[in-house]
Amino acid sequence: MSSLTEKDRPIVQLLLSTGTCPRCVLRFCCVGSQLLYRHPHQDLMKDLQEFLKNSQEKEDTVCLDVADPPCKRIRLEHREEGADDLNHNGAIPQLPSAGTGNTATESSAGKVCNVCLGILQEFCEADFVKKVCQKVNSADYQFTSFVFSVSLPPQLSVRERAAWLGVKQQMRNLGLPLAKDDIVQLKEAYKWIIHPQLSEELGVPADGKSLFEVSVVFAHPETDEECHFLATACPDCFKPAKNKQSVFTRMAVIKALERIKEEDFLKHFPCPPSSPKNLCDALEIQCNNGAVFVAGRYNKYSRNLPQTPWIIDGERKLESSVEELISEHLMAEFKADSFNFSSSGREDVDVRTLGNGRPFAMELVNPRRIHFTAEEMKRLQQAINDSSDKIQVRDLQLVTREAIGRMKEGEEEKTKTYSALIWTDKAIQREDITFLDDIKELKLDQKTPLRVLHRRPLAVRCRLIHTMKSEYIDEHHFRLHLKTQAGTYIKEFVHGDFGRTKPNIGSLLNRTADILELDVESVDVDWPPTLAD
Amino acid sequence: FCLVFFFSRICVITLAEAHPLLQSGKTIKNINYQISANCSRLQNKVSGKSKRTCLFIFQMQGAQFLTELAPLCRISSSDGEEYTIYSCIRGRLIEVNENILSNPALLQEKPSTEGYIAVVLPKFEESKSITQGLLTRKEYEEVLMKRRSSAS
Repeated sequence: MSSLTEKDRPIVQLLLSTGTCPRCVLRFCCVGSQLLYRHPHQDLMKDLQEFLKNSQEKEDTVCLDVADPPCKRIRLEHREEGADDLNHNGAIPQLPSAGTGNTATESSAGKVCNVCLGILQEFCEADFVKKVCQKVNSADYQFTSFVFSVSLPPQLSVRERAAWLGVKQQMRNLGLPLAKDDIVQLKEAYKWIIHPQLSEELGVPADGKSLFEVSVVFAHPETDEECHFLATACPDCFKPAKNKQSVFTRMAVIKALERIKEEDFLKHFPCPPSSPKNLCDALEIQCNNGAVFVAGRYNKYSRNLPQTPWIIDGERKLESSVEELISEHLMAEFKADSFNFSSSGREDVDVRTLGNGRPFAMELVNPRRIHFTAEEMKRLQQAINDSSDKIQVRDLQLVTREAIGRMKEGEEEKTKTYSALIWTDKAIQREDITFLDDIKELKLDQKTPLRVLHRRPLAVRCRLIHTMKSEYIDEHHFRLHLKTQAGTYIKEFVHGDFGRTKPNIGSLLNRTADILELDVESVDVDWPPTLAD
Repeated sequence: FCLVFFFSRICVITLAEAHPLLQSGKTIKNINYQISANCSRLQNKVSGKSKRTCLFIFQMQGAQFLTELAPLCRISSSDGEEYTIYSCIRGRLIEVNENILSNPALLQEKPSTEGYIAVVLPKFEESKSITQGLLTRKEYEEVLMKRRSSAS
């Protein structure tokens, strides 16, 4: 762990005298001890004052470091030596407050920091922490860890740069080398201080990978004013403002700061920066839980139910949908903001889904509740099944986002089996259709069906009918069971779609055929995992 | 002519039963989709985007736009007559039926299904007005009846 040494003295001197808070001073001196930043800022201020007065005193009670005592003593000695050296060389800082250091810190005390605008001051205090935790608790989320994200006003980057340039200039004037260490980033220091406090209040640890996010947006009334010079210096970094938003976005400001030349910056902005009139405002404190995914398989027993809501020009064409029947219960239990329903393929309104059903996944966005036992999921499944006879669900379970990929893979690669009730215009006898059973791997060329041409591009798709099994009913009807490649349009295979699907049942039987009923017998995807009942 | 409408606004242009080409005795000699030196309905480009994109507009930008009187094709019969088949509706040409080029008999055997002429998609806003401007099957048959009775 590092602490302040002689080389830091001019930096501390300069920054304190211009109204920088103790924690920002430590940051600019590249002090990396997290614990140190957590000390109350009054203590830190006192320590810094002591450090500056240091040259006059033999007995130094100062240690800005919480390491072992032996180290303490060594450093003290070193400082004394260093101080003598300094006086010897006559390299006295040029600021008027050089001697006592008191005036320097006076100008800092009680003012809003000219670098962090209060972020490392007020917004690290217990009051603010309480405010945040109150918001979190009242939002009533279920969580086991949290990630805290902050959005800072853009001009903090400007002020940071200004302070840095001021320090650089000062060191140059004194003929002193500037350490190449990295300055501690504002956000990082802020999290060092506030994480333990939030963690304690909320009773859960901070974790960068947590799905529960507490976010605070800070803003400052003088953002536009202070960033304005950048727009004149680097006009092409800034795009015209949309709605009422400021043109000075964080990204644009950072880009401009990268481009602008040091001399230009120094010309337009005081370095180090002047004290601000205002503190930052904590505009919004929001909570968000990462999405959870519920998967299962659904059966559809109605020939009058769309998979997703069917609404044209604001008018609902058919009541309800598979999606709504399933989501209603899940939304209520998980208390989510919204959902996204997806499945391994779809069936038409008038097609039933039998057998094991079709795999589906429901993404629940920003759920308040996330923990459900297997028992609870079973009960949820039962509730859905009890509420409707049009659909039934099975294997309802929580899955990860990655698992959804398995389902989509099924849509394009796996086979499906169907049962179709077919009508023919000319009479058929039993013998006329048995040949269908012997056809294997029948290759079809299907142009995009007319009934979907308004929303699908015109294309020809090659699809395979793997096997067929016919069941004679009467002279104008028979049932056909087929196993096909994913993406095959069955109805078009039966009636031919104006000759745009070739071959088709009509062409194979040399008659006009049409489909009366279609059922999906199975969707051959082995996901999600089957659950024992 | 005869139009087949789908719920989704797609229109299939076919020959109506009273069309001379569908009367007995006519044999089709040739079907030509080349309308003029620069325009062939066969070269209609309808570019598609992947199935997952919902921006159907892109598909339509390349397709030829037809007005009611735009010719789709010219058909000549063996007795020397030539017939021009017109679009009859405004919209984008999606496809012409190439099956009747290779098998002209299809046009006469199955005029309202496999022997269709072309598929056209009217503009969304014009869809309703187009439907209203056409005759229903019943109305068409009444027109035919009147024609026959006035002819005799």
